[in-house]
Amino acid sequence: MTARERIAGSVANYVDERTGAAAWMKKNLNKVFPDHWSFLLGEIALYSFVILLLSGTFLTFWFDPSQREVIYDGTYAPLQGIHMSAAYASSLDISFEVRGGLLMRQIHHWSALIFMAAIVVHLMRVYFTGAFRKPREFNWIIGIGLLTLGIVEGFLGYSLPDDLLSGTGVRIAEAIMQAIPVVGSYISFFAFGGAFPGEAFIPRIYIVHVLILPGIFLALITVHLMLVWYQKHTQYPGPGRTEKNVVGYPLLPVYMAKAGGFFFIVFGVTAFLGAVASINPIWLYGPYTPAQVSAGSQPDWYMGWLDGLVRMAPPIETIFFGYTISWNILLPGLIIPGILFTGMALYPFIESWITGDKREHHLLDRPRNAPNRTALGVMSLTFMIIALINGGNDIIATTFDLTINQIMWFSRISIFILPPIAFVITKRLCLSLQRADRELVLHGRETGRLVMMPHGEFVEVHEPISPEKAWILTQHEQQPALALEENDASGVRRPGVLKNKLRARMSKAHAVSIPKATAADLKEIEHH
Amino acid sequence: MSKEIEAIKDPGLPEHVLRRADTDPIAARKAERQVATLFTLSSLGTITLIGAYFFIPQDVFIFFPVLGSTNAHQLFLGLGLAASVFFIGMGAIHWAKTLMPDEEVVIQRHEFRSPDEDRAEFVKTAKEGAAAAGLGRRSLIKRSLGLSLGLAGLSPLVFLRDLGPTPGDSLSKTSWKAGTRLVTDPGDRPIKASDLEVGAVAQTLPELAKGEKRTLPNIARDAVLLIRLRPEEFNLNAERLSWTHEGIIAFSKICSHMGCAVALYEQQTKHLLCPCHQSTFDVTRAAKVIFGPSARPLPQLAVTVDSEGYLVAQSPFTEPIGPSFWGRLK
Repeated sequence: MTARERIAGSVANYVDERTGAAAWMKKNLNKVFPDHWSFLLGEIALYSFVILLLSGTFLTFWFDPSQREVIYDGTYAPLQGIHMSAAYASSLDISFEVRGGLLMRQIHHWSALIFMAAIVVHLMRVYFTGAFRKPREFNWIIGIGLLTLGIVEGFLGYSLPDDLLSGTGVRIAEAIMQAIPVVGSYISFFAFGGAFPGEAFIPRIYIVHVLILPGIFLALITVHLMLVWYQKHTQYPGPGRTEKNVVGYPLLPVYMAKAGGFFFIVFGVTAFLGAVASINPIWLYGPYTPAQVSAGSQPDWYMGWLDGLVRMAPPIETIFFGYTISWNILLPGLIIPGILFTGMALYPFIESWITGDKREHHLLDRPRNAPNRTALGVMSLTFMIIALINGGNDIIATTFDLTINQIMWFSRISIFILPPIAFVITKRLCLSLQRADRELVLHGRETGRLVMMPHGEFVEVHEPISPEKAWILTQHEQQPALALEENDASGVRRPGVLKNKLRARMSKAHAVSIPKATAADLKEIEHH
Repeated sequence: MSKEIEAIKDPGLPEHVLRRADTDPIAARKAERQVATLFTLSSLGTITLIGAYFFIPQDVFIFFPVLGSTNAHQLFLGLGLAASVFFIGMGAIHWAKTLMPDEEVVIQRHEFRSPDEDRAEFVKTAKEGAAAAGLGRRSLIKRSLGLSLGLAGLSPLVFLRDLGPTPGDSLSKTSWKAGTRLVTDPGDRPIKASDLEVGAVAQTLPELAKGEKRTLPNIARDAVLLIRLRPEEFNLNAERLSWTHEGIIAFSKICSHMGCAVALYEQQTKHLLCPCHQSTFDVTRAAKVIFGPSARPLPQLAVTVDSEGYLVAQSPFTEPIGPSFWGRLK
């Protein structure tokens, strides 16, 4: 035994005698993680969160979250002598006086954008592969919670510098608060400590941004990861992979090296962006004043769809017994996002109600093999993308020489028309891909080699695909639609007819598929 | 079970393929050197970072293709940091991929559902606990506990009451009164009708009394946009026409949609446009909404001139300015 081993041994012994950690470690260091590039998307979100904590902590050392009025006397000449809030002045100081301050500000902002992008793409991966199914519904809901809080956290973050652009965003948030029926103006006055903008808002959102929300994030992320750990990761279908096993690399050392290394790569790429790509140059906007605004005001991308919906809303306001209800704000600002996010959170339960499937699923779906789900996802994405496009309608108008009116009307009409079209097209594409899979299994791969038959006919030689490939293309289960009869066995009408009808109909739509190739099909073809 | 017989068979895990570094010691040594090189690049990055921090002044700009003129301090600090962390990651991953074992491992999953006896045991214990506490029998305790917990839960609401004052009628009021002079923003100079040429726009605020200080909440309510057209260009009813003075018309600058500053005036069409959500208002028709999500015109401020010829408000705004709220018309 070398001296080093002796020391390590006695340390381990000391800890284990007090905690019993060895048994737990033994079990968990052998944990296996399946390998696939799409499993890295969630990791990017996690690592961006760590980068946000590190860079954010740095920024708090100099940031002064106060709306007290000061006169700027820093090194940035164009703003010298201008009245502004201490928050804005200290943001300028971080950008121009603190060494590495601008770099950290830019890293912080870039990693916030990457954080949100990674969450959204990770969510898409989980959705389209059906990873949210039993037993992972809790984690899906936690994920939706993290996405929602991420939007809020990001908005609060870019509101803190109190520049002209962010102040305009806060003003819009205040108008949404005011639009809430009955209590809206009270909520606004409580949030702002009086009339907008007041002097209380920045200090308040500061503590929410740097303490309360990060604390909730930390707790939710911990639970999210512990569930992944405990439930073991899902895996893509493949030879030797079943619902009962996990095939992958052990935590120690391969997965740890890869995942740990990947953190540094994400950090490196973010730092590179912070070094070369300017983001949110607040000194160009000037301090916030309610009487000014800059043309082309844009929120960060993850808020863009919301702004786009608000922009395209119809100009409707109704008076109800003398009280005003602003549908033009409530609909796009609260009601539609509320429906979208609630629907998203409930989707695992809705799908399992439709399919009647209450079993555990650890093998992921290929998106084409769940046409209805995939089509619904693409439909929702189409809706969001149109909203996002409309959120940048002024920028698009000036870039492409269009009028804002054209883009607005395009968005207003297409937000109703394009999502259903996207649904139909996607579903058809999925079924076509299923058909192609079936063809491939039964008739093999086209080799491109042409052969002339004795009677002069030219045929292309097909080559059978490998058993591994054939397995991947046929391993999925094709569940039949639920048989929900209107009457029970003795001819009596079941209760809840309408509900059952709806469920039967959706189940039927969900079960549409091209029959997958079977061994019997193959045999039949061989006999020809 | 006929279905399972018919299905195409799972060929099982593919055989493990050895990498070059697994069999060839020269390839393994090469991989080792590559990993070491990547880690060394990281160290060089850190040295660049430290050098940039201490030795490049913050006001040096250099030209880089694509980037343009860039602050050298910030650029090299960032590039150093990026290299410093990026190459640690590259090194670790290259190490894992070339030299660490790459044989896939299979472990079994277990059902999450607890065994039936555990579940029965749990239900029994829970029931026993509840029975021992007498929760079922002692309904007086149960109800009073429920009440006290519920009431205690309300206390945060009480503590949060002082977050702000109640709005009262402050959302419906501005600083404009009959006779308040319009002054330029910025500059605080009173404006004569003759100062404003046809087609011109001015951003104004109410004149302050001596010693008064302008606050942002005041600006957020009081900002007014002054526009001068030729009087015959107006398409207004008699009352609204009487609110103008020699072609000068004044509107609240705070958007009736969500409160942004309605700052874009198009002289050709005489349209005001809010850059936030593109609500468009026709100045000639008392800021009628002609496009976009706003449901109401911008409130018009009646203006005239005082005895010295300066522009003043004839009266306060006749309706609340800014975004709508529940009690706006009360």
